[in-house]
Amino acid sequence: MKARVFVTLKRGVLDPQGKAVCTSLHQLGYREVTDVRIGKCMEVTLGGLPRQEAERRLKAMCEKLLANPVIEDYRFEFLDE
Amino acid sequence: MKFGIVVFPGSNCEHDVYHVVKHLLGHDAVFLWHKDPAFSGIDCIVLPGGFAHGDYLRCGAMARFSPIMGAVKQFAERGGLVFGICNGFQVLSEAGMLPGALVRNAGLQYLCRDVSLRVERQDTAFTGRIKQGAVLRVPIGHGEGCYYAPDALLKDLEQKRQVVFRYCDERGEVTAEANPNGSLHAVAGVVNERGNVLGMMPHPDRCAEEILGNTQGRRIFESIVHAWQQARRNRL
Repeated sequence: MKARVFVTLKRGVLDPQGKAVCTSLHQLGYREVTDVRIGKCMEVTLGGLPRQEAERRLKAMCEKLLANPVIEDYRFEFLDE
Repeated sequence: MKFGIVVFPGSNCEHDVYHVVKHLLGHDAVFLWHKDPAFSGIDCIVLPGGFAHGDYLRCGAMARFSPIMGAVKQFAERGGLVFGICNGFQVLSEAGMLPGALVRNAGLQYLCRDVSLRVERQDTAFTGRIKQGAVLRVPIGHGEGCYYAPDALLKDLEQKRQVVFRYCDERGEVTAEANPNGSLHAVAGVVNERGNVLGMMPHPDRCAEEILGNTQGRRIFESIVHAWQQARRNRL
């Protein structure tokens, strides 16, 4: 079973990378871009767990390690194989 | 006094700290490998600068799970002095031993230069030999040193006087220009509520002897020794 975990900076936490990319997009002529936020995407492969249990454990992984709850939000989705 | 300097794979300032406490201050120091599950006979634990575990995922995120960190936590809970410098500060905040988090510098660049720090309080084990309001000149070397904490937490930290060092200009004024990395409230170093765990992004270990042109960092290490001597005297 594969899951995709998205970790993004919380609203209110400065994202200088996103700002720099936003400026570059403006320079390329994409004036319609009003904001860019950069995050991380992780593909986690889990073996031998029923879906519900995998979900529960993945949530714990996010809270303990994959995201820092002080600065980041997370969400995940399971990928169909 | 005996210092224990924790070495993670990727630490690179452990010898700087060792040199300061052993050769300049004349105290005992040992290296503690991150896989050691326990240690004893240590009076102060130092988490040095570097890139523990490659700074993978987030700075300090993996180091927090190194076997020695359980013992470091227990040591702090018993009141032991724990001092995190730069990457060590990042490890302590990831481990939940210090409030807040350190994120990418506002200007995106890795910064390696001297900054001015205002010492916000003298009544800590790490600043007892420095007058409150004094301005220290100390180098920084980091890419992720922007201190962040949610508003409510920042308010709480200020109320409890947990901000020990703040970026300032040469006269001690806290200004936007003097803040190198965008840290909220210009925080350069914080202490835990109990006052025995300190983390700071600047490197006092890099400015503790004449040959380096600056000895101001030495005063922080001297303060630690002074606090230990006082505590010992009180016990006797």
